[in-house]
Amino acid sequence: MSAVAVAHVTGVGHAGSVVSAICVRGMRRVLARPMLIMPMLLMPLIFVISFTGAFGSLTRVEGYGTDNVFNWMAVYAALQGAVFAGVGGASATAEDIENGFFDRLLLTPGSRVPLLVGTVAYSSLRSTIPTTGVLIVSVMGGLSLTGGPLALLTVYVATWGMAAVFCLVGLTVVYKFRTMRSMILIQVFGFSSMFLSTGQVPIHFMNGWLHAVARVNPVTNVLRFSRQGFLGDITWSLTWPGLLALAAMVLVSGVLALRQLGKLAA
Amino acid sequence: MISGTLTGLRLSGIQTLALARRSVVSEWRQLGNVAPGLVFPLLLAAVYTHQFERVIDLPGFPAVDSFLDFVLPASLLQSVSFGATEAGTELARDIENGFFDRLRASPCARLPLLMGRLGGAMAVAAAKGSLIVMIFMVFGAEIAGGPAATVVVVAAAVLLVLAIGGLGQVLAILTGNQEAVNATFPLVFTSIFMSSAFFPTTLMSGWFRQVAEANPVTWIIDPVRRLIIEGWTWSDVGQALGVPLALSAVTVTMAVVALDRRLGAT
Repeated sequence: MSAVAVAHVTGVGHAGSVVSAICVRGMRRVLARPMLIMPMLLMPLIFVISFTGAFGSLTRVEGYGTDNVFNWMAVYAALQGAVFAGVGGASATAEDIENGFFDRLLLTPGSRVPLLVGTVAYSSLRSTIPTTGVLIVSVMGGLSLTGGPLALLTVYVATWGMAAVFCLVGLTVVYKFRTMRSMILIQVFGFSSMFLSTGQVPIHFMNGWLHAVARVNPVTNVLRFSRQGFLGDITWSLTWPGLLALAAMVLVSGVLALRQLGKLAA
Repeated sequence: MISGTLTGLRLSGIQTLALARRSVVSEWRQLGNVAPGLVFPLLLAAVYTHQFERVIDLPGFPAVDSFLDFVLPASLLQSVSFGATEAGTELARDIENGFFDRLRASPCARLPLLMGRLGGAMAVAAAKGSLIVMIFMVFGAEIAGGPAATVVVVAAAVLLVLAIGGLGQVLAILTGNQEAVNATFPLVFTSIFMSSAFFPTTLMSGWFRQVAEANPVTWIIDPVRRLIIEGWTWSDVGQALGVPLALSAVTVTMAVVALDRRLGAT
């Protein structure tokens, strides 16, 4: 291959086109297979309806933080949807590995990093669908934007970030085990991370080991950041810990995924 | 004539047992599929027990020492429901890979084709249910109705598996597609969340409360919960076993009719 061609396939422009091609392929795949859209959209909607319906009386307990259960649960359901979206993105790669398509991608010249970045970008983009669905249903149920329209932005930022994190964690596992079956590990991990946080109740409602775990769980900071606009005004003191938690999770999971991708490609 | 009927029944019993054994062995060889059905409900119970302790003081909440006692029936039903559609999925898999046609060609009665797999699913559910109850008791849950009530509680869960499994088999026979049968899982999942599983219906409001009160899962969970919290009453035993038994009669009859039509049509 000539030096010009090598420069071409390793350039930023080429990387960008690979990332966008993977994103477009992923979204087309989702739109072409309604069976993929339904659980992705349905589960977060079931969560928001079930949690607000079943646990509505939590607002009667002193210190809950809001008298509107949608203001508490909507963000939690949206983040659950983002976790599913991230796992779904990694599952698409697992499918590609199982059917041999990923081997063909690895045979192409150029850096492997855009393959990873493209899948992460696709997962974040995909998370927009359940987040929007949850917000629409929640508004119909009575969700109020006490922090103004900026509250919606914090939810989207948080869900894009969480989808990226769980896609990267999923890719780490998929690159290592190379099977779709391994995704069950990530689903359990995703569910656990969400449940062991302040998803359904404030931290002072918790006791024992759960209180200790939720306090150090970075998802708690992400929830505080994305929920603040529905409980009051948006403040920097609740914003930066959430953004920092997201950045740290992306960084750690990104390094792990890149290492596994390097081993897979070697 | 009578001895011929008895021989037929004996043969049907042997065939049912052989297919049930095959079903249990298949589950045993894929313990990874069973694990989420144990881990997820237990995690949920552990988290809810530590975050909803303040809720048990709300007016209208049943008198319990701990949320653990309250959530036991929910965890039990949730755990067994994870594998409940397996009887249908297995049948669909057998139809897809041609094993079902080989069974049809063999001198095997029709009913064992259905009851074998359902029997296997019920045996697995009994084992899972017993394990869940034991784990809860280790962590301090008490069943006020005593050992007899414990048996009824597990039996109710097993009968619910029969009802859900029958529904899965109807779908398997009608579609012959594993994915279609698996699509019933969100329905089961939703049915549990939109019932009195995690919160009493007296603390719900609006349309959600009406749905929860009309949900057959509530009709099973409420008497099971009373057996655990309040103690043994024959009316609760009748309801706890009668409701899933009636549902099973409907779904298994539908499966038999669907099988007759499928075999008649080919």
